[in-house]
Amino acid sequence: MRLTDDEQRMRDGGDGPAVAAAMDLLVRYGEVLGAERLIDTDNVCGANIFNARQSELGGGAPDQVFAEISLDSPGGFEIPSVRAHSCQLIGPMDTERWELQGVPPAARDAIMDSESYSGRHGINLLNTCTPYQVGNVPVRGEHCAWMESSAVIYINSVLGAMTNVEGRESAAAAMLTGKIPDWGYHLPENRHATVHVEVTVDVTSNRDWGLLGYAAGKVAGETVPVLTGLSETPNLAKLKHFGAAAATSGGVEMYHIPGVTAEAQTLEQALGGRRPAVTVTYGPAERAAAYARLNTTATDSDVDLVMIGCPHASLDQIRDVCDLLADRKVAPGTELWVFTPRAIRLVAERSGYGDRLRAAGGQLMSDTCPAIGRFVPGGTRVIVTDSAKQAHYLPAIMGVQGWFGDTRECVDAAVTGRWQGELS
Amino acid sequence: MTSGQLHGRGLGGGTCEGEALVTTEAVAGWGGIDQRTGTIIESGHELEGQSIAGKVLVFPAAKGSSGWSGVLHMTRLEGRGPKAMVFNVMNTKVALAVVVAHVPAVTGLDQDPTTVIRTGDLVRVDGDRGVIEILKRKEEHASGA
Repeated sequence: MRLTDDEQRMRDGGDGPAVAAAMDLLVRYGEVLGAERLIDTDNVCGANIFNARQSELGGGAPDQVFAEISLDSPGGFEIPSVRAHSCQLIGPMDTERWELQGVPPAARDAIMDSESYSGRHGINLLNTCTPYQVGNVPVRGEHCAWMESSAVIYINSVLGAMTNVEGRESAAAAMLTGKIPDWGYHLPENRHATVHVEVTVDVTSNRDWGLLGYAAGKVAGETVPVLTGLSETPNLAKLKHFGAAAATSGGVEMYHIPGVTAEAQTLEQALGGRRPAVTVTYGPAERAAAYARLNTTATDSDVDLVMIGCPHASLDQIRDVCDLLADRKVAPGTELWVFTPRAIRLVAERSGYGDRLRAAGGQLMSDTCPAIGRFVPGGTRVIVTDSAKQAHYLPAIMGVQGWFGDTRECVDAAVTGRWQGELS
Repeated sequence: MTSGQLHGRGLGGGTCEGEALVTTEAVAGWGGIDQRTGTIIESGHELEGQSIAGKVLVFPAAKGSSGWSGVLHMTRLEGRGPKAMVFNVMNTKVALAVVVAHVPAVTGLDQDPTTVIRTGDLVRVDGDRGVIEILKRKEEHASGA
């Protein structure tokens, strides 16, 4: 890798040992990638850059834990404030509703300490998997260094920002240096589609978009798909569900929908003037197969938890849940948990949605989710969600059964305590 | 019987010998591998229930969450990490995982390692020269035992 004079100075310790360690990590990472250089970034999002769980293993002082866990360094130095504009992604705990999660007070205190450590170092505490819903909206062509696969695919595709899926250590190093390897989706030539997905069924609900994403991710793997044949222009929530699913079943970090996403008005533009390497059809059979795969872990119809808000719900999605509940109540023995960014929760509360949810027996939560925080209500055996991503991950992480369906089916399951979803 | 060598791009980490754990399916890190035990937990994955701990992990690609490197980092600190990593598709998830795993790693091989190497084979991975040698096939283990 070739470093600029400024980068070499940082690596040599000119900006202190923490920046040098961060630069060393970026160079090792860039060399494994085969990157030729670093580029500047001033928009970095990291998850668990510093958190209390790491202390279980690190066991030392906060700066030492940060060095070992987030910079892969022996440490022995002070961590300065971050150089790049940076934000914290989703974390382990809702700092207001932590008792609902079953977090013990001592663990709560440790998590609060780690949160204030991040804040003191200049990391904005957005604490969501969807920074693009709450003020961090990168512009087209902006070089970012983001973690969170569902957010990466959203900002690359929908907004035309440029980022790879970063990890904890590379995000931490980017925060301290304002640098990231110039590789992958930072290079325009890698952003064209090579897989063409021809959609032959109607794709309308959030569930439909999740199913399409889950199927497209399985087919596309690590490549960039382009989708044609869609009958409607999707909104933010649908693209959020689509991308999260595609980044779960596969490793999709970018896609094109001509006329909708940022970098392609036409199929030809999406393909960069080349022929697709693979063309596949998404029809009724592919849709049914994706639905079956997402419901493979569940057999019991008695529902313990209904989870809405993966990725974190928008204000519109929260209102939709309230409207679907109408005057009905959540069944005894069943919980309805809706997760949304803290900033959106403030507006949801102001709009009365929080009161409506709680009056029905549901809960509005922020900062975390069951898969990230590893929590479900005590005794939970069966969960229901409208998120392909959560349906994929939560059974593996928490050993529960998971049903996937549309939001209406999920709300009905909360009210009746029974799963009666089907692929109509 | 010499079972062959594979040549590719060494990603560093020195040399080791170990038993291969091979999959033709992409592997998820966060939500795919239990970071405390190294066990693969993804529902329906062909290696579900098997542990990467102490194995030469041979796989096509890293998929899924951005927590990939974080999970590999934790398995190392727990003593449950892989002994080496051999894979086909380079991406940022696997690259950062290689960096923090501190083990020999090779990619870009002249033959597909996920079909040439079989689970249970004894292999030597030279992460500096980019060479993988199949020292003993699993069947030979069994007959020699």
